Amino acid sequence: MATEVVTMPQLGESVTEGTINEWLKKVGDTVDKYESLLEVATDKVNAEVPAPVGGTIKKLLVDPGATVPIGTPICEIEVPGGVEESSASHSPLPTSQSAPLATEDHDRIEAPAPKVDAASAGERGRYSPAVRRLAEEHGINPGQVSGTGAGGRVTRDDILRASESETMIGAVSTSKAPASQSAGASLVVESIPAVIDEGDNVRPLSSVRKVIAERMVRSKQTVPHAWLMVEVDVTGLTELRNHMKRDFKEREGLSLTYLPFMMRAVVEGLRTVPEMNAQWNQDSIVLKKRINIGMAAATDRGLVVPVVKDADQKNVVGLAKATQDLVQRARSGRLTLDDLSGGTFTVDNTGAVGTVLTYPVINAPEAGIVTFESIVKRPAVVGNMIGIREMVNLCLSFDHRVVDGAEAGRFLQVIKKHLEAIGPDTSIY
Amino acid sequence: MAVLSYLEAIRETLRQELAHDSRIIIYGEDVGVRGGVFRVTEGLQKEFGEDRVIDSPLAEAAIVGTAIGAAINGLRPVPEIQFADFIFPAINQIVQEAARIRYRSNGTFGVPMVIRAPFGGGVHGALYHSQSVEAFFAHVPGLKVVVPGTPYDAKGLLASAIEDEDPVLYFEHKAAYRSLKGEVPDDRYLIPIGQADLKRQGKHLSIITYGLMVSYALKAAEELEKDGVSVEVLDLRTVRPLDVSAILQTAKKTGKVLIVHEDNLTGGVGGEISALISEHALFYLDAPIMRLAGPDVPAMPYSPPLEHAFMVTPEKIRDKARELAKF
Repeated sequence: MATEVVTMPQLGESVTEGTINEWLKKVGDTVDKYESLLEVATDKVNAEVPAPVGGTIKKLLVDPGATVPIGTPICEIEVPGGVEESSASHSPLPTSQSAPLATEDHDRIEAPAPKVDAASAGERGRYSPAVRRLAEEHGINPGQVSGTGAGGRVTRDDILRASESETMIGAVSTSKAPASQSAGASLVVESIPAVIDEGDNVRPLSSVRKVIAERMVRSKQTVPHAWLMVEVDVTGLTELRNHMKRDFKEREGLSLTYLPFMMRAVVEGLRTVPEMNAQWNQDSIVLKKRINIGMAAATDRGLVVPVVKDADQKNVVGLAKATQDLVQRARSGRLTLDDLSGGTFTVDNTGAVGTVLTYPVINAPEAGIVTFESIVKRPAVVGNMIGIREMVNLCLSFDHRVVDGAEAGRFLQVIKKHLEAIGPDTSIY
Repeated sequence: MAVLSYLEAIRETLRQELAHDSRIIIYGEDVGVRGGVFRVTEGLQKEFGEDRVIDSPLAEAAIVGTAIGAAINGLRPVPEIQFADFIFPAINQIVQEAARIRYRSNGTFGVPMVIRAPFGGGVHGALYHSQSVEAFFAHVPGLKVVVPGTPYDAKGLLASAIEDEDPVLYFEHKAAYRSLKGEVPDDRYLIPIGQADLKRQGKHLSIITYGLMVSYALKAAEELEKDGVSVEVLDLRTVRPLDVSAILQTAKKTGKVLIVHEDNLTGGVGGEISALISEHALFYLDAPIMRLAGPDVPAMPYSPPLEHAFMVTPEKIRDKARELAKF
């Protein structure tokens, strides 16, 4: 009999620890190779982890709920027929959910610093011998460090700085402050601690909550938000939707919402004003080639922003399907890391919560986020008459380092024009 | 301590050494009556006599060949080749004989000889008066090749070369003769051959160079400092033997290396340095090793704009170093 030690798997290049949600096997159970052994929660996804070998569960080394670093032994499996005690550690094989981790997009998952996406494709993942050695010595993932070298290359000094800031920050959370920020730039003010009175319910932070908190603080502290709003007459759009929704549901098997129309309009806006599909990169601005639109989605675990990849290559129906799929998987906790990465702009359908005006927080390093508020009937001037029109407000927060009000305004005007041009006869295919 | 030019430092050293050791003789074309075409040996014949400071025929092979014989028989000849460009007629004597006598005689004989030769361009010397020849000799086991970059080093290294029991080639850059000045102690001192000198500490990149280029690299480093680029300058002082540990130390420290020499690129000393670093310090490198050297053209042009284009200048070093810093 040989004992195999199972370690916490690496569920993504930027993920450094995992929380054990649940053991699917208990001590004494037999498990087949590739059979689900446990469920692990990371910052982003829950994944079932298959057993690397078949055998009998000998020991569970980590209790459910505990968070341990990648590589920590979590379980021992006794393997029948082994010749000797094996000291080799086996990482479980990646699950189907984590399979996309292997793709190149994955070092961008955390998108921790504005510059992470900045390196040209050629420089990403290419590290000098010094960088590789130092990254390994300091336990740093160079993919997570923002590069200051030519073409965004991660330099030796970037790694050294990252290791310094890591020691300073300590083991606060898995998402670190941007490595390249100098001490001056990343002035972090401690929040005022909460006052806890008797009977108050102190709820520990979930990993999603932690990430949201950290992202929001960083965005508000580092991105100079500016804000614009336009009013759009979507009478034609509501007519089209009302007129189509039954047929659509029958034919496509899903509800036709306003969201895909809004996304389509945003795509038009980003095409016309590519400066909005951009990212701040310290000494440069990166104009993103792909248009990947993130959509804020509320789930009972908290806010997630799954991304519709290459939204510019989809028509309204395609967008409807893509968004529906993402929303469903978000609600059931079945998003993959790939679904959550690579966004270049974010859309938030705040109308769903009934607001008419919001001031959204930018999903850095993106340059903007636009909200669609509630569609409300209002008296409006049409031609020289007053009519009852379906009106909606679009609110835009934008990174004022990347663009000025002129571009941002133009962007909103394109969206407005596009939406107002939709009538009962517009084709959605 | 006096401030001396590079040329004066060499002359003072020769004077001091002639006085220090009666076995030393100097000879070469015009070194006696005329005091050398650059006046390096000016006044020495008058002071030490025609037997010790000797005008030779215009025959480089003979100059070196007789020096080898004199050295084997107990003298300490310091022959001068008027221009390094003229050394080629003597190459058979230097490479086949001088370099190999210790080995060939199983250590019985040595050739304690120093061949001094002015080299380098940028002085409108054109094809036959501008060449850098150090790489030819750096290739040869049994020779030592010294190329000082400051008046201070010129003195200490020349004294060491003369004390050395084996043949040393001592190359003096013509443009350094009067342009470089520095404090030189009056007393005799020795700087060990084969020992590089860190002329400037820095952290972002290392320039490894020798000879006149040391002062150029220091100028470039000063300019780059203003842009926040911290440059380390390692003066090799000797190109054979190379100070391998100093080279590796600076390469490991900064992870970025720029090698500079005026000698043309291909087959130059830079290639050897680069190979040493990649063999022994690969995992410290954060950028490709870069070389800035004279172009691979047959000779230094006479036309001033072309000569300028050929020469490695502080500006070219600065620009190349900046490129490396940004990498």
